[in-house]
Amino acid sequence: MDQIAFIFDILLPALMQGLVVTLKLIVWSAPFGLALGIGVAAGRQYGGPVLSRVCKTFVFLIKGTPLLLLLFILYFGLPSIGITFTALTASVIGFILCNGAYNSEYIRGALLSIKDGQMIAAQALGMTRAQAIRNVIMPQALRRAIPGLSNEFIYLIKYSSLAYMITVVELSGVGKNVATKYFIYTETFMVVGIVYLALVTITTVAVNILEKRVAVPGMNRAAAAQL
Amino acid sequence: MSDNNIVLRVEDIHKSFGNNEVLRGISFGVRRGETKVFIGPSGTGKSTLLRCINQLTIPDRGSVWLDGEEVTNSGARINYFRQKIGMVFQNYYLFDHLTALKNVELALLKVRGMSRSEAREKALTELRQVGLEDWADHYPAELSGGQAQRVSIARALAMDPDVILFDEPTSALDPELTREVLEVMKKLALQGMTMLVVTHEMGFACSVATEILFMENGVVAEQGTPDLLMHDPKFTRMKNFIGQFDSYRGD
Repeated sequence: MDQIAFIFDILLPALMQGLVVTLKLIVWSAPFGLALGIGVAAGRQYGGPVLSRVCKTFVFLIKGTPLLLLLFILYFGLPSIGITFTALTASVIGFILCNGAYNSEYIRGALLSIKDGQMIAAQALGMTRAQAIRNVIMPQALRRAIPGLSNEFIYLIKYSSLAYMITVVELSGVGKNVATKYFIYTETFMVVGIVYLALVTITTVAVNILEKRVAVPGMNRAAAAQL
Repeated sequence: MSDNNIVLRVEDIHKSFGNNEVLRGISFGVRRGETKVFIGPSGTGKSTLLRCINQLTIPDRGSVWLDGEEVTNSGARINYFRQKIGMVFQNYYLFDHLTALKNVELALLKVRGMSRSEAREKALTELRQVGLEDWADHYPAELSGGQAQRVSIARALAMDPDVILFDEPTSALDPELTREVLEVMKKLALQGMTMLVVTHEMGFACSVATEILFMENGVVAEQGTPDLLMHDPKFTRMKNFIGQFDSYRGD
């Protein structure tokens, strides 16, 4: 078969369907992963001894075990105790937990970099610790965490392909199916790779724009270098 | 509480850090409109004393009263008292991610629950008061030390405090910037703001203070009006201390 015809008539239309699934996985996972990361980082840094221990243990477990294992437990394991998720839901839950745990470490690092004076000044004005964290500490920490968080987001784009292992036919899954059906492996997987590259490129550009938009004089290296 | 003009009363404050007893029983009362200045060698607990007043540091013993209400052991109500007791820090501690205007606005919006327009108007008024209305949209990193300190004074003023604590407000500034900050503080004193000031600026202390408290080794060693401490032969310790200053300056 003509290669051009294969790519444009068969492969790309199929990949578009897979891309939609991949985007669903990412779009549903990322916001909750970020929220979880913020919650876990704040809980670990500012929570009481119990909450802090819980957050630490959560991160320890997620960091210490393969994501694939987590997905297997969520999809194949939990039904045995009566909890059944669709493959897509199980994947999204797994990704949120994984993304959240790693995000929390980036955010925690940023929280540690905020000087004590910011909290002291906020409290001296009558803010509660929670108000100070929400209005003073977090906005600064999140800006500093953007490079790490974007890294984690890019990982998410790529490890979303693990959903295929629990029957979600997303971008990589579609590629695999097309490749085995037509016995055209190299070209197919290269095109799949290009689609991932495009997603990552778009993300990188978007993060650069975001970083510029929220930049505050004196709070990032670029501005510091200009001084 | 015999004198009902007393707005702030500090009674027998003790504080230790480990084996180091920093404050060994400090007591005084502040009348409305007074400026009390704390002078003394470094490490004698002056800053710790200010922090004990608004409970940023919890004293081991003793109590603090604002307008007849106990500030110590006040639980969650401490956030109410902290609105009434403003504080200005040596290193300004402006919120780095907010413009000068938003620095002043933030607590008005989040703590006092003002509307956006109300808070903005109030913040601009306070910035005008310290001469920085034109700098409202600049970030802390774009301000000089003197400007940053004036913004932090405006931030404290915005809460309409009963008393403002100044913790070495000019120690990080060069002489020129020091002057612009001291001028603002002098103006506040003349307008009747009640102020407690920890400083090494003797000129400011002598011209503005209602009373100077000379602290050493965690106690108030000498106490009186600037005139009294400078000229009464009975008081020697503070004069010696200032003498050291003068010799450093080559007088």
